[in-house]
Amino acid sequence: MTHVIELEGVAKRYGGADAPALGPVDLGVAQGEALAVTGPSGSGKSTLLNLIAGLDRPSEGSVTVAGQRIDRMGEHALARFRRERIGMVFQFFNLLDDLTVADNIQLPAQLTGTARRAAASRAGELMEVLGIQKHARAYPGRLSGGERQRVAVARALVNKPALLLADEPTGALDTASGQDVRELLVDLHRGGQTVVLVTHDLELARACATRTIHLVDGHVAVDTHAEAVR
Amino acid sequence: MTGFGSGALGRVVRSGVGRRRVQTLVIAVATMMAVASAVVAGSLIVATNAPFDHAFARQHGAHITAEFDPAKVSAAQLAGTRRLDGVTASAGPFPSTTVNPVGPDGGHLPALTVVGRSGSGEDVDALDLKSGRWARKQGEVVLSASFSGPFLELGTKLRSSDAEDARTLTVVGFALSASGTAEMWATPAQVRSLVSGDGGLSNQMLYRFDSAATKAQIAADRKAIAAALPAGALVGTQSWLDTKHAADQGAAATIPFLVAFGVLGIVMSVIIVGSVISGAVGTSLRRIGILKAIGFTPREVVRAYVAQALIPAAAGIALGVVLGNVLAVPLLNDTESVYGTVSLSVAWWVDVVVPAGALLVVAVAALVPALRAGRLRTVEAIAVGRAPRTTRGQWAHRAAGRLPLPRPVTYGLASPFAHPVRAAAMVLAVTFGTVAATFAVGLTQSLNAVAHAQDPENRADVTAVSGGDGAGPGGGVVERRRAPAAPGSGQAPAASGPNQGQASADPAAVRAAIAAQSGTASYYGTTTGDAKVSGISGAVRAVLYQGDSRAGGYEMIAGHWLSGRGQVVVPTRFLERTGTRIGGSVRVTFQKETVSLRIVGEAFDTSDDGLRLHADLDSFAKAKPQVFHIEVKSGVSAATYARKLNAVVEPLGGAAFAESAPQGENMIVLLEAMAALLTFMLVSVAGLGVLNSVVLDTRERVHDLGVCKALGMSPRQTVTLVLASVAGIGVAGGLIGVPAGYALHDYVLPVMGRAAGTGLPPSVLDVYDTSQLVLLGLAGVLVALLGAMTPAGWAAKVRTATALRTE
Repeated sequence: MTHVIELEGVAKRYGGADAPALGPVDLGVAQGEALAVTGPSGSGKSTLLNLIAGLDRPSEGSVTVAGQRIDRMGEHALARFRRERIGMVFQFFNLLDDLTVADNIQLPAQLTGTARRAAASRAGELMEVLGIQKHARAYPGRLSGGERQRVAVARALVNKPALLLADEPTGALDTASGQDVRELLVDLHRGGQTVVLVTHDLELARACATRTIHLVDGHVAVDTHAEAVR
Repeated sequence: MTGFGSGALGRVVRSGVGRRRVQTLVIAVATMMAVASAVVAGSLIVATNAPFDHAFARQHGAHITAEFDPAKVSAAQLAGTRRLDGVTASAGPFPSTTVNPVGPDGGHLPALTVVGRSGSGEDVDALDLKSGRWARKQGEVVLSASFSGPFLELGTKLRSSDAEDARTLTVVGFALSASGTAEMWATPAQVRSLVSGDGGLSNQMLYRFDSAATKAQIAADRKAIAAALPAGALVGTQSWLDTKHAADQGAAATIPFLVAFGVLGIVMSVIIVGSVISGAVGTSLRRIGILKAIGFTPREVVRAYVAQALIPAAAGIALGVVLGNVLAVPLLNDTESVYGTVSLSVAWWVDVVVPAGALLVVAVAALVPALRAGRLRTVEAIAVGRAPRTTRGQWAHRAAGRLPLPRPVTYGLASPFAHPVRAAAMVLAVTFGTVAATFAVGLTQSLNAVAHAQDPENRADVTAVSGGDGAGPGGGVVERRRAPAAPGSGQAPAASGPNQGQASADPAAVRAAIAAQSGTASYYGTTTGDAKVSGISGAVRAVLYQGDSRAGGYEMIAGHWLSGRGQVVVPTRFLERTGTRIGGSVRVTFQKETVSLRIVGEAFDTSDDGLRLHADLDSFAKAKPQVFHIEVKSGVSAATYARKLNAVVEPLGGAAFAESAPQGENMIVLLEAMAALLTFMLVSVAGLGVLNSVVLDTRERVHDLGVCKALGMSPRQTVTLVLASVAGIGVAGGLIGVPAGYALHDYVLPVMGRAAGTGLPPSVLDVYDTSQLVLLGLAGVLVALLGAMTPAGWAAKVRTATALRTE
């Protein structure tokens, strides 16, 4: 089975701390898999996600994503890797308030040098699929939480990434909006998208993930595979 | 809590100062530069404000410098004049004569008045010994400090003339006489030994009177002296009013320039300091909210934030005062030599008023946002950091997004519109920096043009002298080397007393020799002498030209240079004094011959108090040229040519010599140095203003930058984004600053000219070319980009995960 993510002996220490915040961890995530990472606060969930996204570097071990050893990459190469291979969804959306919905979605495509018309076309497709087309010219500040997270998902998918990373995607949403986003992630996974999902919400993990790892004090305490996504 | 030094408030202030190191540094450096430039400009304005009066009072200057014929009046009789009514102090008699010294390289100095004094200190005209020591024995002389320079230094050996038996005179000191009583001093015995047949001995007396404020009073004082002594004993006097007039003219020209730079510096300082401190307080609102939440009163919060601004500002101000004083000293030294003043130092009140004013500006600038913070409700203050950001500038992002440019560029270009006030402050900072640079570049070029336009006859490669009636003082002075500025006037010192060693050859023979000499490209003859002009009392210096004198022609403000008989070219002041204009006529009497001349041009010529006239020699039947100015053919050595020509004309009674390269005018060098210094400071402050604003902007946007980086924005794209955010500001600053600097130059230069009593020719006014203006406009962009470079690098380096965690 082809692994989209391959972590070998990965550990991360912050500052001069003796004990690592994460690891050492060995982890492989197969293409098309939906992995949920759960655990209490401070267990190392966000650290793991940052290492996979290339936002941070491990203190030890190797991180290979989509066939590329990213722990050895320079900043420029990492940036290029992220915009081409990774889509990220954050708890607090992290949309740029001064750009319209359409512009927010197009931004990663434009960073890769995609032609303006092609980027707009791709953004239009995604907005239609995600049901936010009517907000194309609106600014994020005027949207509901659920709508903002849909915009964030659209932005994450605009470059057709090999891997979608979601950090507490429903953490800042009300129940209805959370349900909305949950269904969206399930649909994406069903469409073949590899997803790594960091969450406190076990319901979300159960609903979206084919596999769940539970971190405790930086180590994988439990690794379970579900038969199918509900 | 009673102060900032201890307790919780003190800790808050100290931590605030320490945490925001860049802002603390920018506040300190910006205030330092602003204060230093204000101290420099302020002290120079003070120094150039009536420098002559200050120096004259300090030296107990002579109201009247009188020369007496020793054959007609005894020393005892002269000593008796100190008891005349109205005389409050006197000094002398001092033996006095005139010498025509020759420098170590064979170059001639102008004719100099040398006075025998046993020391520099007297009741009247207490000389300021600038360097070296007083002359103690034969062979030693003290020169006027205006001669001090690479040509003439302590230890330089001069010859008293070019005669075979000339004395060797070693320069042992340089001194300043505000009254301009002499250009050289020696022991009385030395002066007597220097007396030659041509330069007779006279006795100099220096007087101060209780009434000497007006020309009429000076005339009455002079009359009283003459009446008390045998008839014909008083052979000449010099009034302090004339010396003062010449000195004030030189000083007045610099005032508009200094005021322009001073105003630029002060306005810019207010903008930068205000913007820096407002920004510092404005970005700390959340911290302020936390302080209030834990129990700080609004007043304590206000005090804490004003103190956080005042502490680095006070350090910057203190350093600025020191730096300003250090930088002002060499410029003041130059000012001394230009104006002939004595021991200038930074006025004490400049060192008090400038820092006090700067502190006030800082305090007010900090107080306004601090009061806002103090009034802010705690919940709102805490929410500032978390609330959705302002929606200002969204239209700009929409518009910029349509531009066919990379996304980081368009995103950056639109960014300043989110903070219009901050962007406006940056535009103003860049604008003022560009104005200063544009003005300074134009000013430097104008000053160079002024230097080039002065004394065009000195541009000749070789000068040949025939001499004759009009060759000596009163009839003409042969200046073989461009002389250093005379004290107080900024002009070449005019010789006084009988001239020595002048040639006396038949001009026609000299002219024929020049024409026959191989290597002659062109030449023209001149004669100089005093003329009478209807409408002007007293003598007017006249220079008469023969031949094609275009090479020695002055820059024209209006009209044209001499092109034929019956024409005269005059300076601005001449036109004003005579109430004439170009096309009009003046009656000129030269060597007892009176003719009516038509004014064909207004020349840029400030010599001889702006009253020198230039006429065609052939208009005066009896006038003959005494000096020939020769251009040699390309490839011909001027020195060799002069040597060969001299061999021909010397037996005829003439002389020929190659001209030395003219030296830079002291005042022009001083103005250029001041312009460079003040511009550097203003541009630096502008850059710091941009740096601070971009630091604030980048800090505020670090989370957005983190998002962009998480989405795949590379470090290079991040730098591009930040630099693009100031590029528009740089362009705007350049577009406003260059025309404004141009306009300032166009306004200030004529004012400087009017203060110096002259109009200015196009070569001095029209100094900018298009490519230069474009480059100056780009300089505005460069200042903005340089200011943004550091925070752009920081934005590119900041770790994405860290930036994403930033609130």
